[in-house]
Amino acid sequence: MSKENALVQMSHISKRFPAVIALNDVQFELKRGEIHALLGENGAGKSTLIKVLTGVEIRDEGTVLMEGKEIFPHSPLEAQEVGISTVYQEVNLCPNLSVAENIYIGREPRKAGHIDWKTINKNAAELLARFDMNIDVTKTLDSYSVAVQQMVAIARAVDISAKVLILDEPTSSLTAIEVQKLFDIMRRLRGEGMGIIFVTHFLDQVYEVSDTITVLRNGEYVGTYAAADLPRVELVGKMIGKDYAELDKSAKENRASKEAGELWMSVRGASTTGIADVDLDIHKGEVLGFSGLLGSGRSETARLLFGIDHMEKGDVTIAGKKVELKGTLTAIRSGIAFCPENRKTEGIIGDLSIRENIMLALQTKRGLFRKLSRSEAEKLADEYIKKLEIKTPSQDQLIKNLSGGNQQKVILARWLATNPDLLMLDEPTRGIDIGTKAEIQKIVVQLADEGMAVVFISSEIDEMLRCCGRMVVLRDKKRAAELTGNEISEATIMQYIAGGVENAKQAEEVN
Amino acid sequence: MQSKLKKLTKYQFFWPLMVLLLIILINGIISGGSFFQINIVDGHLYGRLIDILRNGSKLMILATGMTMVLATGGTDISVGSVMAISGAIACCIIDGRLLPSAGGSVAVAVTLALLAGLACGIWNGFLVAKVKIQPIVATMILMVAGRGIAQLVTQGKIVTINSAGYYYINGGYILGLPFPLYIVAFVVLITLLFVKKSAFGLFVESIGCNSTASKFTGIKVDNIKWAIYAFCGLMAALAGLIESAGIKAADCNNCGLMIELDGILAVAIGGTSLAGGRFSIPASLIGALVVQSITTTVLALGIAPEITSVFKAIVVVIICLIQSKEFKEMLTKRFAGKKGKAVAQA
Repeated sequence: MSKENALVQMSHISKRFPAVIALNDVQFELKRGEIHALLGENGAGKSTLIKVLTGVEIRDEGTVLMEGKEIFPHSPLEAQEVGISTVYQEVNLCPNLSVAENIYIGREPRKAGHIDWKTINKNAAELLARFDMNIDVTKTLDSYSVAVQQMVAIARAVDISAKVLILDEPTSSLTAIEVQKLFDIMRRLRGEGMGIIFVTHFLDQVYEVSDTITVLRNGEYVGTYAAADLPRVELVGKMIGKDYAELDKSAKENRASKEAGELWMSVRGASTTGIADVDLDIHKGEVLGFSGLLGSGRSETARLLFGIDHMEKGDVTIAGKKVELKGTLTAIRSGIAFCPENRKTEGIIGDLSIRENIMLALQTKRGLFRKLSRSEAEKLADEYIKKLEIKTPSQDQLIKNLSGGNQQKVILARWLATNPDLLMLDEPTRGIDIGTKAEIQKIVVQLADEGMAVVFISSEIDEMLRCCGRMVVLRDKKRAAELTGNEISEATIMQYIAGGVENAKQAEEVN
Repeated sequence: MQSKLKKLTKYQFFWPLMVLLLIILINGIISGGSFFQINIVDGHLYGRLIDILRNGSKLMILATGMTMVLATGGTDISVGSVMAISGAIACCIIDGRLLPSAGGSVAVAVTLALLAGLACGIWNGFLVAKVKIQPIVATMILMVAGRGIAQLVTQGKIVTINSAGYYYINGGYILGLPFPLYIVAFVVLITLLFVKKSAFGLFVESIGCNSTASKFTGIKVDNIKWAIYAFCGLMAALAGLIESAGIKAADCNNCGLMIELDGILAVAIGGTSLAGGRFSIPASLIGALVVQSITTTVLALGIAPEITSVFKAIVVVIICLIQSKEFKEMLTKRFAGKKGKAVAQA
């Protein structure tokens, strides 16, 4: 490993914030033509390290060398000038501008004092063609899927400066096929000699695409490893510092020993704009999984049950009584709780405290006039902060200041406080570190053991396998299959999700 | 002691209150003390400070309604026009042009004027919460049309009235204090009781922070917004009664003209974010008094009418700077720059 090959060298980096030491003597090295995964739990210091590199935060100590020369970026713009571009988890472009405008915003080519639209559109189309995207660049960005938007963001970043590309959780809103496409592009850029820093929570993806792995924990440097030489279990151990396999095993045992309880809710022939003619039975004490691709109807089914989407036809019975699910409040009062998919926009109420976030659903369930007293609310918050091990200095902390995993726990607490019969979780562990992920999975299984019905939705099959006792697979807005017990396996699920029943059956016969 | 002071500064009304005291103090110094003078004439209290309270009562009432509208992230720019409608209806009934069968009853006039304001608020709420028109556009409809409606009621005339009972709304005294203050106290007390004792305040703040997530927690976002606009309309009507009782007439063109901006300013000075979220009605009341005392200062200092608005603008800019967190941090950094660094090193 020659020094000349190094693109970025960060050494002895420290960064302190008023309350915490975010980085303590951390090192990081990125070479030309390398995809380097930066891993760690939430709060490990990944984001801070990235921010130091991109000039969002100013380092307190340490040196950063770019191609052997020391750099000290004070803003993302300065970082861009030396060749470091970042694509964030959420697409950071303007949805109401055209694709071409988004690519050239702030650096429009001019001709005789006017913006040269012709060149902009031509160059943008050419640029995207390099990424195998042949789309109309004059259409607004929001007329394309999130995946396309993400690609546009990457294309823009590469076009601006092409030495170091930082991808911060780029895959969390992409489907499996789109992820593959992204990886192809990453590999191609690597081939062109670019250094790519890849931040993600999905370990599969780490192994699929990365050459090198650097692990941080609690702001400390743990080590840098060649991806090929580091077994997954060991990696997880390095990230969380405890034995992950143990957690995994206990969850699996739980699932195996479970029997379905009595029927609590049944849905017949339910149709909304998002699903067609879905039948469903939900039993007490089970974890029921909804599998399927994005848009297959898995989230839409949950939204229907929670009274968000309007049911066009169909019947819903809860505990033997027919009910009309109209509005979220009706659903809550019928004993249903729902942690929605988009934590930031549909879950947390950022400027309110943890206590207020927890008490909110119980308060609406009780009604406007039966207000929870301050002491009741404090007791409730304390109870759940302790029970779910929410890491926070106090319950007065604003929820937006918590890490993703802790925010999710607060949302979970909000719903557990209403003492629901049915808890629905849509992607509860997305963007959450492995340790908290395992904790949430454990809580889910535990709740089911205590007799609660749980609906679990996740795009990570791994996680579904670990938690669910029964699984409904949805495809194209319709119910494709129901799997129980030993039928649940990655292969079967994939077949149903992808192939159609006939294909799946054939595949089974072949097996 | 220091920790107590620090705790005090955390209250939303702390900085607005400081600003208010500062303005009054400056006035007192410039006037050589006569600003603070309160005389008792016929058992009634008179003086500049009482003037501020009495003249500020309309704004305080408006600010009470406006605070919650702004807390949901909305706005209501129709309050001035609603004041005109309410004044027009009340005066026309007392005058006998409208509903002669009521015989000019003050009670009927007040009730119907308030109901009209409520109806205006319900209309605004309908447009904002149900039809989902942007609040500034939705309420602009009534802002423009409202004065026309008021003109229709008065048939385009300034209706002057003669009714001691109606005059009392603005000019009356109880225990030496002007009657409008009792209206303010009553309204604010009821509102605060409702907001604090029920979960209404929590719901409003939740909606202001994130209305989608609020819907997901079971809050009936539309209904609450609707109720808030209706309440704001009712408050505007009440302010309209005080105004028309003060000038003893219904003047559709000038009643409450541009007062919506003063109302929004009062809430903003009170520290409630116009983007929605946390709100404090007491802080808005202090904000209203700040706005009123600026107006009074202009009069007391005898500032030339040509530069009145410039003077007001400068004062408002200063107030905004005092309250801006970024500005305060900038100042602290400048003054304690070296000291701060030393702490960070240690």
